[in-house]
Amino acid sequence: MASGALLPVFALMTSLLASLIIFTLPEDRGRVRTLVNIGAALIKLALVAVMIRGVAIGQEYLLAFDMLPGVEFVLRADALAMLFAGLSALLWLLTTIYAIGYLEASPNRSRFFGFFSLCVASTMGIALAGNLFTFFIFYEMLTLSTYPLVVHRGTPKALRAGRNYLIYTLTGGAVLLLGIVCLHGLVGDLRFQEGGHFAGAGPELRGALPWVFFLLVSGLGVKAALVPLHGWLPQAMVAPAPVSALLHAVAVVKAGAFGIVRVVFEVFGLESAQSMGLLSVLVVVASVTILYGSAMALYQVDLKRRLAFSTISQVSYIVLGLCLFGPVGAAGGLVHLVNQGIMKITLFFCAGNYAETLGAHRIDELDGAGKRMPGTSVAFTIAAFGMIGAPPLAGFITKWMLGIGALAEGMDWVVGVLILSSVLNAAYFLPILHRLWFRERTTPWPKEYRWGRLETSVWLFWPPLMTAVMTMAIGVFAAMPFSPLAWVILIVSREVAL
Amino acid sequence: MTPWLMAGLLFTPLAWAVLTLFPAFRLGRVLTRLGILAQFLVAAGLWMTVAQDGGFYYPLGGWKAPLGIELRVDGLAVTFVVLTAVVACACGWHAGDYLSPETGRHRYFWPLFWFLWAGLNGVWLGADLFNLYVGLELISLCSVGLVALAGNVGALRAAIRYLLAALLGSLAYLLGVALIYGQFGSLSLAGIQALVASAESFPGAGVGLFIMILGLALKTALFPLHGWLPPAHGIAKSPVSALLSALVVKASFYIAARLWLALGEELGSFVLAQAVGVAGALAVILGSWLAFCQSRLKQVVAYSSVAQIGYLFLLFPLTFGVPDSVVQLAQQGIALQVISHALAKAAMFLAAGNLILSVGSNRVEALAGVSRFLPFSLFSFALAGVSLMGLPPSGGFTAKWLLLQASLASGQWWWLAVLLLGGLLSAAYVFRIYRASFVESRGQDQFYHPPRVLEAIPMMLALMSLCLGFVSEPVLAVMSLPFEEGG
Amino acid sequence: MSVSLLYAFAGVALCAMGGLGFTVLEHLLRKLLAFNLMGSGVFLVLVGLAQHRGVPDPVPQAMVLTGIVVTIAATALAVVLMRRYYHLSGQTGLVVCEERKEPME
Repeated sequence: MASGALLPVFALMTSLLASLIIFTLPEDRGRVRTLVNIGAALIKLALVAVMIRGVAIGQEYLLAFDMLPGVEFVLRADALAMLFAGLSALLWLLTTIYAIGYLEASPNRSRFFGFFSLCVASTMGIALAGNLFTFFIFYEMLTLSTYPLVVHRGTPKALRAGRNYLIYTLTGGAVLLLGIVCLHGLVGDLRFQEGGHFAGAGPELRGALPWVFFLLVSGLGVKAALVPLHGWLPQAMVAPAPVSALLHAVAVVKAGAFGIVRVVFEVFGLESAQSMGLLSVLVVVASVTILYGSAMALYQVDLKRRLAFSTISQVSYIVLGLCLFGPVGAAGGLVHLVNQGIMKITLFFCAGNYAETLGAHRIDELDGAGKRMPGTSVAFTIAAFGMIGAPPLAGFITKWMLGIGALAEGMDWVVGVLILSSVLNAAYFLPILHRLWFRERTTPWPKEYRWGRLETSVWLFWPPLMTAVMTMAIGVFAAMPFSPLAWVILIVSREVAL
Repeated sequence: MTPWLMAGLLFTPLAWAVLTLFPAFRLGRVLTRLGILAQFLVAAGLWMTVAQDGGFYYPLGGWKAPLGIELRVDGLAVTFVVLTAVVACACGWHAGDYLSPETGRHRYFWPLFWFLWAGLNGVWLGADLFNLYVGLELISLCSVGLVALAGNVGALRAAIRYLLAALLGSLAYLLGVALIYGQFGSLSLAGIQALVASAESFPGAGVGLFIMILGLALKTALFPLHGWLPPAHGIAKSPVSALLSALVVKASFYIAARLWLALGEELGSFVLAQAVGVAGALAVILGSWLAFCQSRLKQVVAYSSVAQIGYLFLLFPLTFGVPDSVVQLAQQGIALQVISHALAKAAMFLAAGNLILSVGSNRVEALAGVSRFLPFSLFSFALAGVSLMGLPPSGGFTAKWLLLQASLASGQWWWLAVLLLGGLLSAAYVFRIYRASFVESRGQDQFYHPPRVLEAIPMMLALMSLCLGFVSEPVLAVMSLPFEEGG
Repeated sequence: MSVSLLYAFAGVALCAMGGLGFTVLEHLLRKLLAFNLMGSGVFLVLVGLAQHRGVPDPVPQAMVLTGIVVTIAATALAVVLMRRYYHLSGQTGLVVCEERKEPME
């Protein structure tokens, strides 16, 4: 099936080619660059949509060849891959639109958008990778292509953040590589497979596998920002807002979380990972991360740093969901992959808007911003309530599923973690909302720009509103076909025989 | 067909060396470019022949060993012949535009370049120990001449130091050859291997092997014998540095590796193998660290060669006293490492030369703000860096993967740490350069743009080293032709 | 012990002397002479060791001849470089003034 092998490659190639074209464009060809950017994003979205339809009816998209003797390069579109690919294709389009507006008239745009597209190509590769070896290729490519985005501003602070980012992620990559090589040495090349490979593993493997699991998860945990491997993330906030949005909502942290999902579901298998006692450790780590991230967020005065700690906390819901042993919890975790992405990207878009339009970076500079920028502030409010878990928004779905999953497996204390975390979420989001809507502005804005009729530039105005609408839609229409929840249930039914 | 190819391989470079001895720089450039094309076609033709029909022995001019010269043409040799053709092609072409025709002594680049190429081909194809010596000496003398081409005091000092080290190394090698010949009465590597396998014990031969490897390690700049390399590679003209780092150091390593694979199992010892491995490991770690500390761009790249050469010497412990499957993994890993390092390092030196041209200084800090202008060379530098760091999808990554597998399978897990740590350290020095280019503090907006050709060549080399990972399987398939028949 | 083997041992001794001189001496020309001494030692070993079983063997002699040619070439190159170096810097050793700032490339 020729088209079956080619579709994943095309999906990868669109952003790869876009990045090559953009790199060669001169700085002043802004219009062409915009065209290439948005065109590529649209094409990719269409390709992913085609593949999603195909996967739903059970079609197989697979490309595989030997890179080394006994080591395969595999691109494969399965249901899980499509969850992540769909999310990143959709959010890439919006972030591209946003970034065009955000970086208008700033220098080095060719460089920025080139690496930006490269970064999305890597994300696509991570989604479509069919074994750990291929996954690792794109995982490291992501590290390399995000570095120039983090240090984009070229200030000493940005360079320092970039250095720490590299130290964390490259070390994590080395540990992950070690884990993959060890696994390869034990059992040879393994494609990702629904249900995992080690259901009937003998005792000789059971001795070594926990160590391999430990290596893999700690390698991936760096990008997923599991405590205590999270140090790079708050620092990386110096990057421009679209980068923070993309890094936190889609690319980097999600790549780590998605990797953990792949390892637990499709390498080890939920059943055998549980029977080896691997998940009970992970669930504690995830819970600690959730609470630690939320608690630290309380103390941040910089808006983007507060959002960063919130990310640390929220991404661990995904890991937590996996570790609840049951299908409902797993579904809750997976659906949060999408939910958190959409909500967090909204929040970062809004934070970027405040910074770019009003010059407000700190939370205490936001007094009365709701009157000046109602659209942005409404989007922010919706996303923040979603994060807290208010029904019927996206975050509620996650927390509901996780809670039910935990109760079903008799892990009542997890519900406690969820409630405590929601309280903390409320504690760090509500004061911001209070400042936005209920405080009067007494001083002038730190650095205000005006864009005619709208409260901000058109490019900056619509993306957060659209993601905010999605946040609501995901929650309200959770039961519809092709909603993230429905898709996740499809995945889980394939992974774990219900 | 084959005789013509073989003749072309060795005699074209020699003929061209004589041909370019007298003309001025510009005429030499034209002649060389013609020759490069011919030579490249010959190399490709030979590769295809071997890929189809397998390896063979070829007596030069019909004279048989021991007095005649017999060439051994197998998959590994022919892969290196092609690699040499690619890198020499790139460097020769680059040099034509990079070196200034106005400086009189630059015209000697051409004959030296061709003699070097002849020597390299001789080493890849040499089947007996003495011809390898002659090839090595030819390479050393040409390289020294090329280093001295820069003409200033520093270059001469580096050249003399290099020459002395190279001569000492060659003599040690020759002494080893004398001992081996005294023992076995044969010079052919295959002949000695057969004699060694015939179960007698040869007490003196182990010493011979040890001295040879010591001499070759000095010529390959294995830590702690690396002192001569950074000054020579750092100060030479960029295309010369590229040739030296990419190919010349590999020639002596290639001989050491062939010796070890043929004789190591019987004549070597576990302690020797581990000691060489430890020296390699130290080279990886200290070399990378020193590279990180350098303030001049080309010195960074030169010390990075010291580090990367260290990886190669992991061949010794990973092929001693281990199962055949591990030996094969290690051989393949090292061969890929040689190829990817050759491509990446050549790209890196050429790109570094361009960057130095465009900012007008050889210091790392001078790169501030250069990334704003998206110079191709910076990209080439970064892409080559990906291969040096051993990150996917580069050839450096697949090499590292194979070596990791080999260390794991051989039970010598301590090399795992070296491989992983080495990768991280090389990331440190590559990103230091990269980072410097992102600094936005300097107001300078005046950068010289080197001609397109100069920028395109390192890019092509860097892309080749990057994509090597994807085609590793077919490359290894041709290369492993000799391994299966046991050398 | 045959005469040939004696030659070989003399060669080893020469080699050791040359090696010592090569590492210890400062002056470049002395280093070069030490190198030549080593070379002669190696050639003695090569001829002596190979013939000690009593059968004349043409191969080592061919090798030594070639080796001498190579050594002459190397010596000539070394002398040229050292002379030029002395003209430019006025130094006869490598160690002096190593710290001095070197011009680019």
